[in-house]
Amino acid sequence: MTTIEDFGEFETAWCPGCGNFSILKALKKALADSGLAPHQVLLVSGIGQAAKTPHYLRCNVFNGLHGRALPAATGAKLANPGLHVFVESGDGCSYGEGGNHFLAALRRNVDITMLVHDNQIYGLTKGQASPTTLHGQATKAQPQGAPSQAFNPVTVAVAMQAGFVARGFAGKPDHLADLIRQAHAFPGFALVDILQPCVSFNKVNTFAWYTERVWDIPEDHDPADWSQAMTLARQFGDRIPIGVIRRDESRPTFESHFPVLQEGPLFGRTPDRAKLTQLMESYM
Amino acid sequence: MRLSKNILIAGEAGQGLVTVGMLLAKALVRSGYEVFVTQGYESRIRGGHNTFAVRTGLGPIRAGIRDVDLLIALNQESISLHREELTENALVLVDAEHEDQGATRDADQEAKKDRALRVPFAELAPQKVFHNIVALGVAARLLGLPENVITDLVRETFAKKETDVVEKNVNVLQAATAWAAEHSATFQPLPEPPKPAKRMVLNGNQAVALGALAAGTRFCAFYPMTPATGVALTLGAAAKDFGLVVEQAEDEIAAINMAIGASYAGAPALVPTSGGGFALMTEGISLAGMTETPLVLVLGQRPGPATGLPTRTEQGDLNLALYAGHGEFPRAILTPGSIEECFRLTHTAVDMAERSQGPVIVMTDQYLADTIQAIPPFDLEMLAEPSRPARTCDEPHAYKRYAFTEDGVSPRLLPGTGEHLVVLDSDEHTEDGHITEDLAIRKRMVEKRLGKERKLREAALAPTYIGDEQSDLLLICWGSTLGPADEAAEILRKEGCNVGLLHFRQVWPLRPEQFLERLRQARETVCVEGNATGQFAGLLRKDVGFSVSRSILRYDGLPFTAADILRELNIETGRAQESHEAMER
Repeated sequence: MTTIEDFGEFETAWCPGCGNFSILKALKKALADSGLAPHQVLLVSGIGQAAKTPHYLRCNVFNGLHGRALPAATGAKLANPGLHVFVESGDGCSYGEGGNHFLAALRRNVDITMLVHDNQIYGLTKGQASPTTLHGQATKAQPQGAPSQAFNPVTVAVAMQAGFVARGFAGKPDHLADLIRQAHAFPGFALVDILQPCVSFNKVNTFAWYTERVWDIPEDHDPADWSQAMTLARQFGDRIPIGVIRRDESRPTFESHFPVLQEGPLFGRTPDRAKLTQLMESYM
Repeated sequence: MRLSKNILIAGEAGQGLVTVGMLLAKALVRSGYEVFVTQGYESRIRGGHNTFAVRTGLGPIRAGIRDVDLLIALNQESISLHREELTENALVLVDAEHEDQGATRDADQEAKKDRALRVPFAELAPQKVFHNIVALGVAARLLGLPENVITDLVRETFAKKETDVVEKNVNVLQAATAWAAEHSATFQPLPEPPKPAKRMVLNGNQAVALGALAAGTRFCAFYPMTPATGVALTLGAAAKDFGLVVEQAEDEIAAINMAIGASYAGAPALVPTSGGGFALMTEGISLAGMTETPLVLVLGQRPGPATGLPTRTEQGDLNLALYAGHGEFPRAILTPGSIEECFRLTHTAVDMAERSQGPVIVMTDQYLADTIQAIPPFDLEMLAEPSRPARTCDEPHAYKRYAFTEDGVSPRLLPGTGEHLVVLDSDEHTEDGHITEDLAIRKRMVEKRLGKERKLREAALAPTYIGDEQSDLLLICWGSTLGPADEAAEILRKEGCNVGLLHFRQVWPLRPEQFLERLRQARETVCVEGNATGQFAGLLRKDVGFSVSRSILRYDGLPFTAADILRELNIETGRAQESHEAMER
């Protein structure tokens, strides 16, 4: 049985009061609650403050390039389906630089848990608009207000028939831990978009702003009902629903399409000379 | 005495000229002849002008030529487009019933020279789909191929279809052969071949894929791009049997990052692409360098910049491969010169990537990717077992992915195979893989990574030298230019010139003690490469401090032929070009 302590305690480079702290706490709790040992877990991240999370707990880590966590995670999961793969990144990383990979991940349905620390701003590069920054919100780089429509990742994920789509809030770490646990348990691609206040650069979407707006999705919501999920997913404004918005196990995982993966991981297999000889004969 | 015949099948894309060409090439090989196939095509699916050239004879044949002995003109435009390339005794197969005015004129013109053979396609095969088989039957008969070889091949090829399809094809083939027997005109058949041995008919892309399979490649991610796609397609077709995953990624950036992720988790990974895709992958190459993750890239060059000439050939990406990626990290670049080397060097690349824990680039080009040759089956027993990462260690809790070692190579473990943790980071990192801004560690890590280059340099493949111990004229080339340069050198040698050929199958890192003396000894050094700026000559100057006497460069999108090289050398060698023509006719 693993405990939160197994995942270690590290010094961080985050600002005091950052929403990342409670997300990290929730993640550790979810890992322990899921009964995972550190060496079974692989955290893949890109670049950004959220992407530093894997360094702050004991587990396997692939901290790659900005926006490229999903492809790297996909490769690792396909090479070894036994790994419990989590992608940890921010809104700029996942929905901006990695937007194409996000769409492809929704289509593929690889069994990966994607946690997006969505603070609606670029933190590491100090305060530019991100894809989820609300239209018209003024920032250092967009003093006249963000000119583009905000990206709604949850709506897009539900629209794309993603199997598991949830929204969490850094201000409710226990609730969030449970969402992460459920996302991990889901067989297929699972997105948890996490509302995360950035205390340094986002003076609009603060703890108070989110706290006023979030409300728990009622128990009578049927996450298997796509239309209901779509209605909830589109709510982002005065009221922001948090919890499991969509859950449907009907799509097969991407891995299941590769018969070679049924035999386990791809490492440690030797080239088959007899088959290679046969293949060479087919060219004669 | 003519050493070889060059058969050119020309027509529009979509007319099936590759199908008929491949059948002809296979039939020639099974009959005991050598073949060297080069392909020319345009960036379109139907229409345009495509060519499939089969140079054949008793060999050795190392390159294509432009002279045409038998032109199978699947459309009439092909006659006028290739008239200049026809040899004196060439024969042109044309459709007897073609009504186009210009075409008739073209055909008439050739008929006057006794060079046109009007084939009654419609009569021999009432359905148009069988016109290919008519062309095949007539050509095979003209060349003197045994009838059973070609019949068996047609049967095999259509075996998967319904029985009557096979029989219809065979009937058309027989009708065409019989017709050709009556009308074989003045065409000289090929000389009697030796007893045929079993050989593969393989192109460069397929050879690369086979090399990867033989080395245990388990993962391939790609975004389709001519001319490298064939590598992924060959691997994809073999994926189920050979236990590998092949994924068409959403873009090149995804492809390389997926491959690095897969390699991290233990699957030897390969990424095929061409210049534009490779350019997109450069950040990923840098990531492989920084995270010290083994990765094989296959860079099938085509002319640039940007989209360039998408279906033609060039060796213009050497500098791209040398410098791709930001920051400083070691890499190796292998440049096969033949189909055989495509196989062998891809196998080597997988091992090199694992040993150096970083990127290894195999550079081919459209010419090599699409070249088809007959080669004996690869001797699998002779292949060394590629290096593999360990899966366990004695003290899992003390494991550090980037532990400082004497040679810079840290013990590589895979995640999830034991209690150890494998922490990789694109940021500068500590020995245990965690982010650091400690500048002393930064310096040591840079040195550790660069230290691995020494290992690569020590293992560098020596360039291949062909010729006498001392040469007056030394031809230098890399990659696919080997064939035409070798042929040119041999022609000059027969003429009495003392010519050596130095072929670089690895262009980075270079190990000067393997070749510098030879460069210095030659009276004249000529670097032959398929680009406009002499990139390899520049590398020799920069890295080895040696300046070649001159460069012969080609960058019009077509591959070199021996004749091109001889023409350029003419100034120095006098009668070379003449001699080449004498040998060829």
